[in-house]
Amino acid sequence: MLIYTLKRLLQAVPTLLIVITISFFLMRVAPGGPFDGERQLPPEIEANLMAAYHLDEPLPMQYLRYMGNLLQGDFGPSFKYKDFSVTELIMQGFPVSLEIGGLAILLALIIGLPLGIAAAIKRNSTVDYLVMGTALTGIAVPNFVLAPIFALVFGVLLGWLPAGGWNGGALPNLVLPVVALSIQQIAYIARMMRASMIEVLGSHFIRTARAKGLNEGEVIFRHAIRPALLPVMSYLGPAIAGIITGSVVIEQIFGIPGIGRYFVQGALNRDYTLVMGTVVFYGVLIVLMNLIVDLLYSALDPQIRYDD
Amino acid sequence: MTSESKPYSGDNADGAPLPAGGPNPPHSHSGPNPPHSPEPETTAASAAPAGESLARDAWRRLSQNRAAMASLALLIAIVVVCVIGPWLLPWGLAEVDWNAFGTGPTLDNAHFLGTDANGRDLLTRVLYGGRISLSVALVASLVSLVIGVLYGAISGYLGGRVDNLMMRFVDIMYSLPFMFLVILLMVVFGRNIFLIYAAIGAVEWLDMARIVRGQTLALKRREFIEAAHALGVRDTKIVTRHLIPNAIGPVIIYVTLTVPKVILLESFLSFLGLGVQEPLTSWGVLISEGVDMMESAPWMLLVPSFFLAATLFCLNFLGDGLRDALDPRTR
Repeated sequence: MLIYTLKRLLQAVPTLLIVITISFFLMRVAPGGPFDGERQLPPEIEANLMAAYHLDEPLPMQYLRYMGNLLQGDFGPSFKYKDFSVTELIMQGFPVSLEIGGLAILLALIIGLPLGIAAAIKRNSTVDYLVMGTALTGIAVPNFVLAPIFALVFGVLLGWLPAGGWNGGALPNLVLPVVALSIQQIAYIARMMRASMIEVLGSHFIRTARAKGLNEGEVIFRHAIRPALLPVMSYLGPAIAGIITGSVVIEQIFGIPGIGRYFVQGALNRDYTLVMGTVVFYGVLIVLMNLIVDLLYSALDPQIRYDD
Repeated sequence: MTSESKPYSGDNADGAPLPAGGPNPPHSHSGPNPPHSPEPETTAASAAPAGESLARDAWRRLSQNRAAMASLALLIAIVVVCVIGPWLLPWGLAEVDWNAFGTGPTLDNAHFLGTDANGRDLLTRVLYGGRISLSVALVASLVSLVIGVLYGAISGYLGGRVDNLMMRFVDIMYSLPFMFLVILLMVVFGRNIFLIYAAIGAVEWLDMARIVRGQTLALKRREFIEAAHALGVRDTKIVTRHLIPNAIGPVIIYVTLTVPKVILLESFLSFLGLGVQEPLTSWGVLISEGVDMMESAPWMLLVPSFFLAATLFCLNFLGDGLRDALDPRTR
């Protein structure tokens, strides 16, 4: 297990290196620079600025410098948010994004799993059709459509919840973004849970459990759910990645100060260091999450042992 | 969709959705593609009592699925309307009606779904946007199809160290935060429609490569491939003429699942202001414009959203239906 974990961590290194390298060079070949503003700066000032940020050095030097700083946890200064380092911005935005994303995943599991189980138990009943129909709608209507409609209906027309803003993470401000972010994942999780539950319910050990006289509740809760959870667990990796990408849009729509918003703003402003910082940060996050999900998977399934 | 893709789990990378020895090889040669190779004649003959080609059988099963057929019909309707609609409407894509700024749906001046804040006819723009969104779906899916199928088939067919290396590469690609790299790409190289085609296609081929590789691994040990070898057919020809056509079932299923993903991705980019550029428009752009105006002109949000959602809905239904129709296990 330990060896496997170390091996996976080692494998993550080239992946992250690729992410960093691609994004570094992509940003540098972009036409336009961070100091093109409304006002043309005098050449001397621009030269000074370039020198201050080491932008006048040859590219390979800049690349090495960036890598060196990165190893020390320094993402460099932001070009647009003066007086802030990228690390500070990420540390400011991340707790916000984490709160929304974490709650969304939690909500998706809390709602999606029981829905899937119910649909599987009552297969081909009204409940099943209702759940699956809703799930398909949840998959077909993207979150950037749902979120503004939520904001319009519950925020503007009914006035029950704030249509946007963060307000220090007050509960009413959390509801709409978290729900909008989780709907698609609820739909996927319900569908997967239903499919795997149906498969498990058709297997021999369930027939045995029934044959030895267990009641239906015991069959389902003690025997069926655990193996049925496995495929859903393995979906958690993509689900987390989906939530992270989704949060970029959701934060934009609801005006939430998370990293997603910094990322989009940074990309539009050509704030090199900020964009790179967020991409690298997301890269590490996704790689780590995949690793955690895989380890979790092996903890749930005794048939899987990672000891190669 | 994502639910199909196995999570990243070491080198066990063949996401073969069908068990080895699925029924495709003997059939699959009639229907849309004419017989490619000499040996299907013999296999088809031995399977003759069944009397139906895979395509025929699949179509029969699909046409019994009412939801899938309704989706197919609606989808065709949407495509037709988007393609010919703009010619029938009196307004152009960027044409401004100086008498109607942000009016709701009305019959006056043929603004059937109203106008936007700049006096441009919404229906016209939604249909033009549909052309873009659908063309992205088509082209990007094709790009991913070609790359994925070739890559997977070559990797599976060559096997051994090459296969290992090629799949390791796919594993690494899987763990990249692609969405963000695509966004970077759009920022850097400008919001060019051809770039969108290529970028999205380049992202979406990974699952396809895994599926085709799994199929190829299962197929390459079969007798008809051996026969081709014995006849002295070259490797390239075996891959293109024998392996790929026989893996077609899962590939079709997966393509129908890729198309909605691609549409979604393009809309996502456009929504963030990183997709297609004025004067072109797409459903994602229109939705994002609608969000800005939703309090005063909710139809601007609802109309493009409806078109996008209906298309995605139909594609998903159709994909599910095709999967049922082509999957031998549901027979």
